[in-house]
Amino acid sequence: MHRFANPARFLRLSALIQPWAAAIAVACLAGGLYFALFASPADYQQGETVRIMYIHVPSAWMGLFCYTAMAVFSAMALIWKHPLADLMARASAPVGAAFTFICLVTGALWGKPMWGTWWVWDARLTSMLILLFLYLGYMALADAFDDPERGQKAAAILALVGVVNVPIIKWSVDWWNTLHQPASVVKMGGPSIDSTMMVPLILMAVGFKAYWVLVLILRTRAEIAAAKVRTLRMAQIHAAGQVEQA
Amino acid sequence: MESLSSFFAMGGYAGYVWPSYGLAFVLMVAVLVTSARGVKTAERELEQMQSLRPGRRRRAQQAASVTEVPET
Repeated sequence: MHRFANPARFLRLSALIQPWAAAIAVACLAGGLYFALFASPADYQQGETVRIMYIHVPSAWMGLFCYTAMAVFSAMALIWKHPLADLMARASAPVGAAFTFICLVTGALWGKPMWGTWWVWDARLTSMLILLFLYLGYMALADAFDDPERGQKAAAILALVGVVNVPIIKWSVDWWNTLHQPASVVKMGGPSIDSTMMVPLILMAVGFKAYWVLVLILRTRAEIAAAKVRTLRMAQIHAAGQVEQA
Repeated sequence: MESLSSFFAMGGYAGYVWPSYGLAFVLMVAVLVTSARGVKTAERELEQMQSLRPGRRRRAQQAASVTEVPET
């Protein structure tokens, strides 16, 4: 794993992966949209609103996935001082925040016609809102210090403390009474939804994951370049100081 | 034509279905575009700084050639 801590190696590897991630994202999202909007049936109870599911559910998975990735990268950064892990944790946060926001808004747009309300303060919805605030807090904290390393460290600790929210979200529908339905795709004994709905759901989920890989690579590349610029600036200032002393 | 309008009507739920897809599209494109732009500006700035101040290896070579000049 430490072999991948080398920025030069990351840049070489990411140059190989980046076009593939982009191609997979485009292909899966195009296919997913076709099945989600045209080729899948309306639900016998929910009618056409069931099509919101193909955005809402994969976005919710991404909200949890990006946060878990962020926490794992943060742990690697804190434990092994992995120089790239910090940058990758930072890169994952805006994607997760965007998907969590999409999940919350599409949930409200689905809840209004089906439950009769945009929002209820129940366990699933509230814990998902807390996830969004954790993302926003993480991003604000990481940028709040003049010394980027201190900001990174504080944000990494916040990410690790907040990871307790992930299992709470996952099992909130089982632990508490809620309007939100329990899991129907990932559960013991196989999924309980029809394959015509499963296909677009999986395609969208894979497309979102590939999109995450693509954005993660782009943002980590930007962070690596920014860190190098900072180092060069410091060296310049240092050199100028030596000239003045001489 | 009628099937197209019924497709956009989404069984009367157009006001809920299309904003969901629209929001996802807009946010995903926005994050992607800002990330791609960020890479461009950061890597361009790095290139400029590196061209102003050559790398360690090249500086060592330059230093070596400078010291060699008076000897010849």
